[in-house]
Amino acid sequence: MRYSGFRVIAEALTGHKGWKPVWRDPTPQAEYDYIIIGGGGHGLATAYYLAKEFGQARIAVLEKGYLGGGNVGRNTTIIRSNYLLDGNEPFYEFSLKLWEGLEQDFNYNAMVSQRGIINLIHTDAQRDAFTRRANAMILHGADAEMLSREQVRAVYPWLNFDNARFPIKGAIAQRRGGTVRHDAVAWGYARGADMRGVDLIQNCEVTGMRIENGRIRGVETSRGFIGAKKVGVAVAGSSSKVMAHAGMRLPIESHVLQAFVSEGLKPLIDGVMTFGAGHFYVSQSDKGGLVFGGDIDGYNSYAQRGNLPVIEDVAEGGMALMPAIGRVRLLRTWGGIMDMSMDGSPFIDKTPIEGLYFNGGWCYGGFKATPASGWCFAHLLAKDEPHPTATAYRLDRFLKGRMIDEKGQGAQPNLH
Amino acid sequence: MIIHHPILGPRDAQEFVYLGDASLIDRPDGMTAGVEAFHEYLYQRTNPAGEHQELWYHEQGDRSWLVITRNTVTHEITKVELARDVARSRGRSQ
Repeated sequence: MRYSGFRVIAEALTGHKGWKPVWRDPTPQAEYDYIIIGGGGHGLATAYYLAKEFGQARIAVLEKGYLGGGNVGRNTTIIRSNYLLDGNEPFYEFSLKLWEGLEQDFNYNAMVSQRGIINLIHTDAQRDAFTRRANAMILHGADAEMLSREQVRAVYPWLNFDNARFPIKGAIAQRRGGTVRHDAVAWGYARGADMRGVDLIQNCEVTGMRIENGRIRGVETSRGFIGAKKVGVAVAGSSSKVMAHAGMRLPIESHVLQAFVSEGLKPLIDGVMTFGAGHFYVSQSDKGGLVFGGDIDGYNSYAQRGNLPVIEDVAEGGMALMPAIGRVRLLRTWGGIMDMSMDGSPFIDKTPIEGLYFNGGWCYGGFKATPASGWCFAHLLAKDEPHPTATAYRLDRFLKGRMIDEKGQGAQPNLH
Repeated sequence: MIIHHPILGPRDAQEFVYLGDASLIDRPDGMTAGVEAFHEYLYQRTNPAGEHQELWYHEQGDRSWLVITRNTVTHEITKVELARDVARSRGRSQ
C-alpha cells in the first residue's frame, strides 16, 4: 500500500476501513541468504537497502523484542554531519544526503526537519577549532557556517551571553542538520523492507551461532535454528553479548546514556543547539517539549536507566546556557545502552569468521548514521567489500594504529 | 550508587572517577610481550552483562584506587577492595 495525500482523504471519507497492518508477522524459514541480527534502525535499514539497492533476496531480520524498541526509539533525534576527520566526515555527509531524500525513497513520513544545528563557541581556542572543523566539512562537500555573537543573539536573544565563566562568542552552524521523528525511521524502513519480501521476525533472540571450519552456518535462536549464508550483526548496545556467541571480544564497552524531555512549551528553540563549555544539547519537539541530553553516566552498564548525578549535571549545563528554563518541569527521563568504542568511532567490517559481519560501536552518535550505516553494511554484505565512505571503520584499526579519534581522548571509552 | 570504601565507609559514587575493567591491572611485561598482547590488553574488552570487576579512583577522597565488583545489569555493588591488595594478590607491586 502506497501512502499519499489522496489515500488519506479517501480513507477519511470511508471510515478508515482500508488501512492494513504495515508489515507481516512471518514464521522463520529454515534458511536465508542473509540474516540481520537486530531489528533497530541500523538493522532494518540494512535489510531495506540489501533488498532495494543491492537486489538481494531471502533476507530475515531477527529481533529479540519488538521492532524499533531499542536505541532508535530512545535517542534525541538529531541529524548532522559536522565531523572533522577524514574517516568520518564523508560517511556522515553521505548519511545526511540520504536523510534528505529518505521520505520519498521509502514513502513514509519520517518528519525529516532540516531546522539547523548550532554549536556554541565560548573561547578563542574553540573558535579556532570549530573554524578548522567548518573548513574540513566544506572540503568534504558539507555545509558549514561560522556565526558571530551578534548573529547568534539575533536568533536566541535569551541565551546567557555574558555568563562570567562561559560567555557565548559565536557558533558553528550547519543549516542542513536538524531532527527526524525517530520511531518513524524504524517503521519506514521496516515497512519498506517487508514490502520487498524481507521477513521481520520479532521476539526471536539469538542464543548462539553455528560456526563450522571458520564459516558461519546459521544462528541458534529462541525460535529454533535458522540457517544462513551470511549473518550481519547490528545490535549496538549489546554487541559484546552477541559477538561473544562467535567467541569474539570487541574494543567496546557498554554504557548508559540518559535523555530528557520537559513539559510542552511555546516555540522557544528553532533548531538544535549545543553548549560548548559543557556537555549539553537541546532541541524542541513539535509538541513543544525540550528534548535534551548530556554525558553518559560513565561506568559500564546494561541497565537502560541511569543515576541522578548525571541528571543534575545535565540540568546544570542547561541552566548555564539558558537561565530562562529554570522553572520548566522535567517530564521524563530514560536511558539507552551505547556501544562505546575505544576511539569514539564505529565499526562496519568483516570478522575473522567467514560470512559473519559486524556493525556497531556507534557510541552515542548512531541515530544520525542510520541510513548510511544501513547502506554501507548492505554494501559490505552484498559485495564483500566496504562502501567507499566506510573504509576506515575496521575492527583491527587499533592494532594497525589507524584510530579515528575525533576527541583525542585515547583508549578511554567513557570519555568519548 | 553508594560505594562502601574499605577504609572510609559508605561514599557517594560521585566522589569517584571510573577507569574501566580491572583487567587493566594485568599489564603485560613491556620488555617481553608483543604488539598483539598489548593490543589485547589496552583495547579489547569482555564487557559482560552481569558481574564486572572494575577500577574506580577516589579522586575527591583519599585518592585510593579500588576494585569494585558490580553488576552491570542491576548496578548492585557486591564487593569493594583496595586495588593494591588485589594487585598484590595477583603478584604485582611487590
